[in-house]
Amino acid sequence: MKTRIATFFIMLTFWVVMSGMFDGFHLSLGVLCCLLVTHFSHDLLFPETTAQQQQHWLRDIVGVALYLPYLLWQVLIANLQVAWIVLHPNALEMIDPHIFRFYTKLTRPMSKATFAQSITLTPGTITINIYRDPAGEKPDQFAVYALTKEAAEALPGEMEERIARALEPANG
Amino acid sequence: MTTAAIIFILAGLFFFFVGVVGILRFPDFYTRLHAAGKSDSLAAVLVIIGVALYNLQEINLGNILVSIKIILIAVFIYVASPTATHALTKGALVVGVEPWEKEKKK
Repeated sequence: MKTRIATFFIMLTFWVVMSGMFDGFHLSLGVLCCLLVTHFSHDLLFPETTAQQQQHWLRDIVGVALYLPYLLWQVLIANLQVAWIVLHPNALEMIDPHIFRFYTKLTRPMSKATFAQSITLTPGTITINIYRDPAGEKPDQFAVYALTKEAAEALPGEMEERIARALEPANG
Repeated sequence: MTTAAIIFILAGLFFFFVGVVGILRFPDFYTRLHAAGKSDSLAAVLVIIGVALYNLQEINLGNILVSIKIILIAVFIYVASPTATHALTKGALVVGVEPWEKEKKK
């Protein structure tokens, strides 16, 4: 029930921002649409149902808000590095594309997805896949395609630490 | 405000330019994806911030709402662009496109 209410209010905020009209007719249309969408898809936005995977939504928001500036800064630095390589006369000498793998300690699906997206957003590295150990004994394995040696050495490193601090449960 | 907007848009154009040069210079599909999908992540956002600032020359509720919508485009790019890049890379690997290597080690 809580997830339905949360979904409804997120939808309604989005509606109000998108429509920009505050008269009764448009607002009641919005409430109607949001109720319908919430009814059909309330389990899409908050898919984690077990209590151990959930944590307080406020902590998630604060965590992501603290993480975003770091991510944007990383995107900026990495973009400048790639721009330097691209514009360098010996570009082919400087790149060394290869695939490498590492284990992650992240456990929540949301933090793993955030980490994979962050890796892909920072230029020079693309997440190819996250492999789940069939036996469930080892942690999940990231396969990453890196443009240069330096880009590969930076992972998992600080970015994983920060995501763990932002999104992982405190006891884990 | 206009000056700031122009600076942001020019910076964005510079990174788009780098992306295009990267696509032309890099040797194979995967490295080109690096150049294409990545320079976009910063360039598009810089251009979008520039446009949003330019829109705010007269600050009233309508203009602020429009600027929020423009910024929302950037948010969706940040969600969608890595997903697309990841899907392309994985798809190419599954089909068996050979990655370019500096020197053959085997």
